[in-house]
Amino acid sequence: MTMIFGIPLMVLFGQLMLGLINGAFYALLSLGLAVIFGLLRIINFAHGAQYMLGAFAALLGAQYLGLNYWAALIVVPLVVGALGIVVERLLLRRIQHLDHLYGLLLTFGLALIFEGTLVNLFGVSGSSYPIPEALSGGFKLSFMFLPTYRAWVLVAALVVCFGVWFLIERTRLGAYLRAGTENPELVQAFGINVPLMVSLTYGLGVALAAFAGVLAAPLYPVSPTMGSSLLIVVFAVVVIGGMGSILGAILTGLAMGLIEGLTKVFYPEAANTVIFVVMVMVLMLRPAGLFGKEA
Amino acid sequence: MHATASCNATATSNATATSNATPVASPLSRRITAATRRRLLPLSALMMGSLLSAGIAQADISDGVIKIGYLADMSGTYRDLAGPGGLDALKMAVEDFGGSVNGMPIEVLSADDRNSADVGANTVRGWIDQQNVDMVAGLVASSVSIAVTRILAEQDTLGIVSGSAASSITNEHCTPNHVHWVYDTYPLAHGTAKAIVDEGGDSWFLLTADYAFGHALEGDVEKVVNENGGTIVGKVRHPFPTSDFSSYILQAQGSGAKIVGLANAGSDTVNALTTASQFGVVQAGQSLAGLLIFLNDVHALGLEVAQGLQLTTGWYWDLNDETRAWSQRYHERNERKPTMVQAGIYSSTLHYLNAVAATGSDDTATVRAKMGETPVNDMFANNGTIRADGRMVHDMYLVKVKAPSDSQGEWDVYDVIRTIPGAEAYRPLADSQCELVKG
Repeated sequence: MTMIFGIPLMVLFGQLMLGLINGAFYALLSLGLAVIFGLLRIINFAHGAQYMLGAFAALLGAQYLGLNYWAALIVVPLVVGALGIVVERLLLRRIQHLDHLYGLLLTFGLALIFEGTLVNLFGVSGSSYPIPEALSGGFKLSFMFLPTYRAWVLVAALVVCFGVWFLIERTRLGAYLRAGTENPELVQAFGINVPLMVSLTYGLGVALAAFAGVLAAPLYPVSPTMGSSLLIVVFAVVVIGGMGSILGAILTGLAMGLIEGLTKVFYPEAANTVIFVVMVMVLMLRPAGLFGKEA
Repeated sequence: MHATASCNATATSNATATSNATPVASPLSRRITAATRRRLLPLSALMMGSLLSAGIAQADISDGVIKIGYLADMSGTYRDLAGPGGLDALKMAVEDFGGSVNGMPIEVLSADDRNSADVGANTVRGWIDQQNVDMVAGLVASSVSIAVTRILAEQDTLGIVSGSAASSITNEHCTPNHVHWVYDTYPLAHGTAKAIVDEGGDSWFLLTADYAFGHALEGDVEKVVNENGGTIVGKVRHPFPTSDFSSYILQAQGSGAKIVGLANAGSDTVNALTTASQFGVVQAGQSLAGLLIFLNDVHALGLEVAQGLQLTTGWYWDLNDETRAWSQRYHERNERKPTMVQAGIYSSTLHYLNAVAATGSDDTATVRAKMGETPVNDMFANNGTIRADGRMVHDMYLVKVKAPSDSQGEWDVYDVIRTIPGAEAYRPLADSQCELVKG
């Protein structure tokens, strides 16, 4: 068997595959953050909590309303996204003229409230969400056993990431959005409802987080704290990619998944830190991030 | 910190209590004007008088009240195994005892240690200095317990550790001031690992949480596996906490070991088991061994994933009529069945209060001696004994998680395979590094 640094090549392929899957997941979450920051200049610290709300909504929907997985994949992002719009209308809008720091504090506070409430109601152990029938089982590849559900996560995340990138960078609506953040007064003067677009954009970012939450529900135990641990990593991904860069968030997400995957094989103790090491190096060499435009 | 004691109670006990209360010039006292002081004088004299007469009747309970401080993780990873449920178990014990000892009220304080040794140690220091706390209960994360027991030894106050796993708490870190009640890493490794090796699971791959508790458990398991003729073919130390275990599970699959042992706890164990089930570890012929698994973990995993898992537990709600009856009462108050830690908190608090009542004292050495003399016989333990090193030795249970088809209800999850007698389960005193035993 071919070996690389004492690791069989086949094992390495398996690890790269897993890295890619995790990377797609990071990409999906950091994409939502990048959209919100890139277009609204809000540092959305509630992103982890909104991801968790997505997973919880899927779980509770299944328990109390008989909502199946496929329906949840569509309904939950809409519901949580609508909640995001309410938050934007009632709270974020009032502080949009202030420094970014206030948005960060507000969303962080909201995250703590969401998390704390659910901890009080459901405890921290969480519950499991069954993998849908059609996606259970797995493929026996030559180098690993690949659970079908993970393959699905990879495909779904990549498709959604591409779709959002296309929407914002290649469509007329996206052009309005970008113009609206560049110069809101001017765009408003053209008869475009900028405040509505801002609300919808925040809603879209939140819906992406909720979508990731539904995708994650069958993978990890659904618990109120599931978002907070992921949030920091996702922020690091966004910083590495360049705050607000959409393509940067997607590509960096995938790359970080791969780097983390390799670390788990060669030096597992550092698996949780490697992304931050990369972040420090990137900030030293390119403070605006790999794909960032402004310093 | 959410201390539940009212400020007034503290002020009174500090100002009027006997020997060991130190008068502290608090900002509060500075705010009290001379006029108020004049008005309060007759009142406090009256209170002094009533306290004095009580003091004569009950010379040995220092401030006329028994205060129990409950310290645990109330909001983090370990919340569900002790947390608010443990506090309620403690309150049940106080209620069942009648709310007072020999006419002296029992007061319960509680605080969240957030799994931080600093926070825990400072809270306990405050409790002892300012509130005259007589006993500290709960104590979950091993790091917190080790820090707190040092303070208890310095300040000569009693502590009962119920949630922690590290066996070092009654080994190299033993003190005359604390007792370790429910379980520790020694019986976990010896109970589960030995049973599995005996059944032919002789090659192991270990997934270890990369911190003190994981290392300790890993060491214990390696020793047991090797001593019984098995081998450790590989291990990975994963960061604490980890949410995605797929990479480590893949490495475990690649190792060809018969048994994948999980030397971790809480959400790490739950995540590792969930991932293992998705990657078909069991279907491919390997078995999983969880070394520290609580009832709430199994409940979170669901039987579909957890079935067939063997583990060692200090107690289970469905052992006999007595455990079922108590658990039913607990269930009605908390809407879930108690974990072994929550049951242990109830049992140890009652045992403590009985010792206080019997000796009529809250002096640490007196109460600790009485607790050691009296066997523990309640819904938690059958003839449990507290050794000189502070270890409460009682029977442990090797259990197997039921298949979903065999389960009669949400919490009906274990089959007891074997009762491990206390004397066999815990580290023999002959091997102890505890100064109190070697001495």
